[in-house]
Amino acid sequence: MTTNTHGLRDWLLSDEPTSRRQASLSAWYKGWLTFRSNTLAMLGLGVLVVLILAAIFAPLLASHDPFAQDLGARLLAPGVDGHLFGTDSLGRDIYSRILYGARISIYIVLLVAMVAPLVGLIVGTVAGYAGGWVDVLLMRITDIFLAFPRLILALAFVAALGAGIENAVLAISLTAWPPYARIARAETLTMRNSDFIHAIRLQGAGHTRIVTRHIWPLCISSLVIRVTLDMAGIILTAAGLGFLGLGAQPPSPEWGAMISEGRKYILDYWWVATIPGLAIFAISLAFNLLGDGLRDVLDPKEGTS
Amino acid sequence: MNDDKPLLDIENLQVRFATRTGTFEAVRGISFTLGRERLGIVGESGSGKSMTGRAILRLIRSPGTIEADRMALHGEDLLSVPEKRMRQLRGGKISMIMQDPKFSLNPVMSVGQQMVEALRTHESVSKAEARARAIAMLEEVSIRDPERVYDLFPHEVSGGMGQRIMIAMMLLPNPEVLIADEPTSALDVSVQLQVLDIMDRLVRERGMGLIFISHDLNLVAKFCDRIVIMYAGRIVEVCKASELRNASHPYTLGLLNSVPDLEHPRERLEVLQRDPAWREAPSVSART
Amino acid sequence: MSAITIRNLNVWFGAGAERSDAVKDVSFDVAEGESFGLVGESGSGKSTILRAIEGIAPNWSGHVSIAGEVLGKRRSRQFYRNVQMVFQDPYASLHPRQTVDRVLSEVMGLHGFTDIDSRIGRLLDDVGLGSGFRFRYPHQLSGGQRQRVAIARALAPEPRILLLDEPTSALDVSVQAEILNLLADLRAEHNLTYVMVSHDLGVVGHLCERIAVMKSAEIVEVLGVGEMRKLEANDPYTRHLLESSIHSVR
Ligand SMILES: Nc1ncnc2c1ncn2[C@@H]1O[C@H](COP(=O)(O)OP(=O)(O)OP(=O)(O)O)[C@@H](O)[C@H]1O
Ligand SMILES: Nc1ncnc2c1ncn2[C@@H]1O[C@H](COP(=O)(O)OP(=O)(O)OP(=O)(O)O)[C@@H](O)[C@H]1O
Ligand SMILES: [Mg+2]
Ligand SMILES: [Mg+2]
Repeated sequence: MTTNTHGLRDWLLSDEPTSRRQASLSAWYKGWLTFRSNTLAMLGLGVLVVLILAAIFAPLLASHDPFAQDLGARLLAPGVDGHLFGTDSLGRDIYSRILYGARISIYIVLLVAMVAPLVGLIVGTVAGYAGGWVDVLLMRITDIFLAFPRLILALAFVAALGAGIENAVLAISLTAWPPYARIARAETLTMRNSDFIHAIRLQGAGHTRIVTRHIWPLCISSLVIRVTLDMAGIILTAAGLGFLGLGAQPPSPEWGAMISEGRKYILDYWWVATIPGLAIFAISLAFNLLGDGLRDVLDPKEGTS
Repeated sequence: MNDDKPLLDIENLQVRFATRTGTFEAVRGISFTLGRERLGIVGESGSGKSMTGRAILRLIRSPGTIEADRMALHGEDLLSVPEKRMRQLRGGKISMIMQDPKFSLNPVMSVGQQMVEALRTHESVSKAEARARAIAMLEEVSIRDPERVYDLFPHEVSGGMGQRIMIAMMLLPNPEVLIADEPTSALDVSVQLQVLDIMDRLVRERGMGLIFISHDLNLVAKFCDRIVIMYAGRIVEVCKASELRNASHPYTLGLLNSVPDLEHPRERLEVLQRDPAWREAPSVSART
Repeated sequence: MSAITIRNLNVWFGAGAERSDAVKDVSFDVAEGESFGLVGESGSGKSTILRAIEGIAPNWSGHVSIAGEVLGKRRSRQFYRNVQMVFQDPYASLHPRQTVDRVLSEVMGLHGFTDIDSRIGRLLDDVGLGSGFRFRYPHQLSGGQRQRVAIARALAPEPRILLLDEPTSALDVSVQAEILNLLADLRAEHNLTYVMVSHDLGVVGHLCERIAVMKSAEIVEVLGVGEMRKLEANDPYTRHLLESSIHSVR
């Protein structure tokens, strides 16, 4: 057994891979080893994995129905009557609501994390690669979006589109892409005149191919880092919208909305607002730690050479 | 001023990299001193020349580690001074011209801006004065039309101009010790001579100490006072530049012979045949 | 028929008052199978000439023809199949996230080859790398090895003409010797035409038959390698260049 794993390890760490698959697996494995050596990042990853598992298995893990009201058991303190985190003003079990709420938060985060960076990547690389008036135009648009505070802009969008999770996602994505466009453009500018881009151009490659196959892979790493670091902000914006009643609608157990409801009782029944607050804190911190670890792995300036 | 005391005194310097497959020793216990002179470090690619230079400035990134019995500038122990002091020394008292000029320059900032910024972090001079000095320095490294080049971005200058810009940038704050890592590899002979002239003048007039890293033995022999020849992280031979023709190590001879020569053309160039025993031979000390 | 004909080539950057001429009124011919050297002052426009031929200089005027075919503003893929370039800096000319295999197979795909696998194997053997290097990333290669990959990439479409921009100036002398031997072998084997830029007269003298000397964006003299060795130059700058180049220790 040990010889076998040793063989696999050596195969993965080989400096002379003998197949395409080995080369890419080996690159991934080396990245994983770098990531693994960062304890805090592993902690972040661990917290996220736990949260995702909790969201997936919420029906199994929940002790109560998250929507079932029991006015007789209002505002019970944590631990009382089998309510692990207590109950809220309508007697709903907070622990179960947190579990189901994780589904909503993760859903929002994943959607935003797919839409916003992609828009930013396309806008930024096109602007940086094309240069000239295309660049000026796209960057002015980006600047206009950047000029407004994120939450205010999201509020305006939601107000226009109507409240609800999907619209909240759309609004957050629309406000989140400009920084990614900036990053992608800056990266593209440093690459645009580099010899390896000239070299592929001299093979007769078209612009689309150059941008998508040669420039994107180098921008994506810095975007991924930035996105994970921004996740906390995205979650908070989503929670903020929920808090203001513009995101997920009651009775859905979105964490921000839960805090908003618990606000009225914060002085006498601290847990109603604090527990969802801690959940938001945990997931934000986890993403931040993860982002730091990814930076060690992905940043082309460090690590590789 | 006491001229016998070396500017830089290095004993048993080691640079190691912890890799996943074991420790890689890039520099394996070398010793040398640098007075107010021109010291050449020569060797093939990967022999540890740049790592030696970077180690002196403590610019080895982790997972690399630096160890030495002694590494002192003017008696100040470089290994133990705090990072803050080190930042003052770097680019102020000790400068290094990095090997890859285009890589060391910021691609989205104009050449002039970068020079001015570098100067102003070490000296409090006005913007206008910094600009004037930067342009004068560009002129000194024989860049034609320095006013135009001042506003160019790194990708708009030629290979040789990039190298001279780096040189100008590093010479601006008047360093006491200059480490020049392959500073002239992209320059044609006549400009090369001019650049060497500037460095030469700084050594003679200002008493600067120069470490000149190169793989071109002929060039180093012409320009330096002393030559250290490195192989696989150790020093295999030390000699006075004027006595290079009497060098005996087969590695040194191999480096000399692989250079194509205008006057004595050969059908095929000689390629270095390395002997595993060279690796294990103890390092020769270049302390004076 | 000559492989490359250039007449009155001008290349400039910027416009109006900002305009700076990088190449002024340059003319030369390179015969089929010949190796032609471009030497001269740093910043005199040597790289720019090669870039203009390849079509990556923004503004140029004049007449450039390859094997009798006059070039317009745009280059066809067929042109890139015939004329390839090796860049000055092997550290900057390879995509940092692509393996050698990926680089070469993409190039071959672009040019429509089908037997990519066996071709890559042969190509790597040609440049003396061997299949052990096939799946490495650039950061796992030394400078000399990278330059070999760059040469392999340029050879991949089986070009007739290779433009070499200081192919060895970033490499140490022992690797330089290997690369120069390699270039000589490849030329003999495939009957390639070279245009080689270098600042090192020794290197140019080793590989080239004729040499053009440039200064301030113009060609000041074209001379054969024999005359160069005998220091028979008419132009004062050429003489100065030759004189400062003969200085070797042995
Ligand atoms: N981060 C690293 N991890 C492991 N080994 C490294 C690392 N950085 C450098 N090395 C190794 O250290 C050795 C010395 O490198 P160095 O840059 O000093 O060579 P050099 O003599 O300057 O060569 P060149 O002439 O090519 O510049 C090389 O073999 C290199 O592979
Ligand atoms: N993109 C650009 N924008 C403006 N000027 C440029 C640009 N590219 C090159 N130049 C200018 O063109 C001139 C010639 O540059 P080129 O790179 O051809 O020189 P070179 O002869 O190859 O020099 P070297 O030997 O130093 O590489 C230089 O003055 C340079 O500043
Ligand atoms: Mg080096
Ligand atoms: Mg050039």
